[in-house]
Amino acid sequence: MIKKEIMQIVSSNRIALDTFEMVLKNAYISSTAQPGQFLHISLPGHTLRRPISIANVDRQAETVTAIFKILGEGTKNLSYCKAGETLDVLGPGGNGFNLENEPGSRIVLIGGGIGVPPLYYLGKQLAEKGMEIVSVLGFQNKESVFYEERFKEFGEVHIATDNGSYGTKGFVTDVVTNVGPIDRYYTVGPIPMLRAVTQKLAGVQGYISLEERMGCGIGACFACVIPLKGEEHGYKKICSDGPVFHANEVAL
Amino acid sequence: MIDLSVKLPGLDMKNPIMPASGCFGFGREYSGFYDLSKLGGVTMKAATLNARYGNPTPRVAETASGMLNAIGLQNPGVDKIIANEVPFLAQFDTAIMANIAGSTAEEYIKVAESFNETDDVHALELNISCPNVKEGGIQFGTDCGMAASITEKVKKASKHPVYVKLSPNVSNIGEMAKAVESAGADGITMINTLTGMQIHLPSKRPLIANKTGGLSGPAIKPVAVRMVYEVKQQVNIPIIGMGGISSAEDVLEFLLAGASAVAVGTANFQNPLICSEIIDDLPRVLEQYGFSSVQETIGKGIQ
Repeated sequence: MIKKEIMQIVSSNRIALDTFEMVLKNAYISSTAQPGQFLHISLPGHTLRRPISIANVDRQAETVTAIFKILGEGTKNLSYCKAGETLDVLGPGGNGFNLENEPGSRIVLIGGGIGVPPLYYLGKQLAEKGMEIVSVLGFQNKESVFYEERFKEFGEVHIATDNGSYGTKGFVTDVVTNVGPIDRYYTVGPIPMLRAVTQKLAGVQGYISLEERMGCGIGACFACVIPLKGEEHGYKKICSDGPVFHANEVAL
Repeated sequence: MIDLSVKLPGLDMKNPIMPASGCFGFGREYSGFYDLSKLGGVTMKAATLNARYGNPTPRVAETASGMLNAIGLQNPGVDKIIANEVPFLAQFDTAIMANIAGSTAEEYIKVAESFNETDDVHALELNISCPNVKEGGIQFGTDCGMAASITEKVKKASKHPVYVKLSPNVSNIGEMAKAVESAGADGITMINTLTGMQIHLPSKRPLIANKTGGLSGPAIKPVAVRMVYEVKQQVNIPIIGMGGISSAEDVLEFLLAGASAVAVGTANFQNPLICSEIIDDLPRVLEQYGFSSVQETIGKGIQ
């Protein structure tokens, strides 16, 4: 259940272009967070909270890792927050990924940019359950690449950059068809990427996770809705029904 | 002991705090954070005759000291609200106000009539001030004649007391208030959001998909206080004040300006516990400024 908690910043480091990895300590959120859930972070001077996905959890250390990119004033101010300071957070938010798979399944994780972080915690958990993990991660350029080594901890990693400055030149969709058989995929990134991935892997079972500007972050304000596929007036709330959905559940 | 209670038409409130329509859904999500029986009242999200999907996303954008929203009255339709949402809220010991909206006068009347089926709703809030829908809504709220006419029709159709929610996007809000009072309104709620826009520099286009949105939050509080202050002097029906309230001090400002109760909107997004925290803090603030009840503060700021 989502709760309002105070999290202490253990560390905050720049890990790529405009990209920060923040480790936050809180007993409740670290003990309940599932892969795919998010933190809804309040920042002084800002009316709206910022939803940031959970990249990792260390239950023993009672910490949660959040990776974010500076995309506006809110995330810029978040990047100024330092170790020792505290943040007012609603969490863990939303519903996580379904981790149930046939034993030994070959799972492909497909992440784009700031959609990459939640796949790390997911991949770690799936690997622990005995799945074979292949990661396909897309970034704008070499300077934006992060967590390549971390993803290698549990499987094969393919990197694509838009300008070819690192890894394969092109998009994750250019790579994903060359990684061999896929039993199930999990993908997180901007909607155009999700659309391309779900079309390319139309015959394969998959899960997607969406990002959207949020208001309350708990399902009350109807700011972050997405239409259901093939159902008039049908919709889901990204913050509370999602952010994870079946690949063919919502109209991208 | 500070007396926080207020008695308004249909709304017997243990304290003057209620969440504003559209900022609290139908209460379910917030009930996970605190006991809703603590609230003086709850205003439900707008009900239209049929289900409405609302506007495309993005629907919200942050602004300096506030936010823009253009949700577009998304709701499951009045019948489902009465069947599924009202019974949920009715479990709590709090006054319930239903916000009603429509594209035509007939739709408003039908929605109002539907709420006659239930005694768990204690008052209606006539939403003639939503800036985010193409038809209906604000077109009834910016013309005195149309506002009076729709108020009269809904009053006739409903067994519940009717509060009219006024738009600040008018040149003379006092005239609007007088028009709905003479048409039979039992109370006024004010203010709805101010129409605004934000241009997203990377795309060079309005950020909100609907282009314009309603501005809310602390940025609009001085506008709202001024309007409550003006309207209080021109009508004899009670006012529920709202616009950027996020503390017990803000509540007292609205009460002094002439509001009999207040609604808290945007602040619920910042802090889901805000209404509960304001209720806890209000006695201290009233005492600090020499009051022993909410009742004695109402309109005290008017000179």
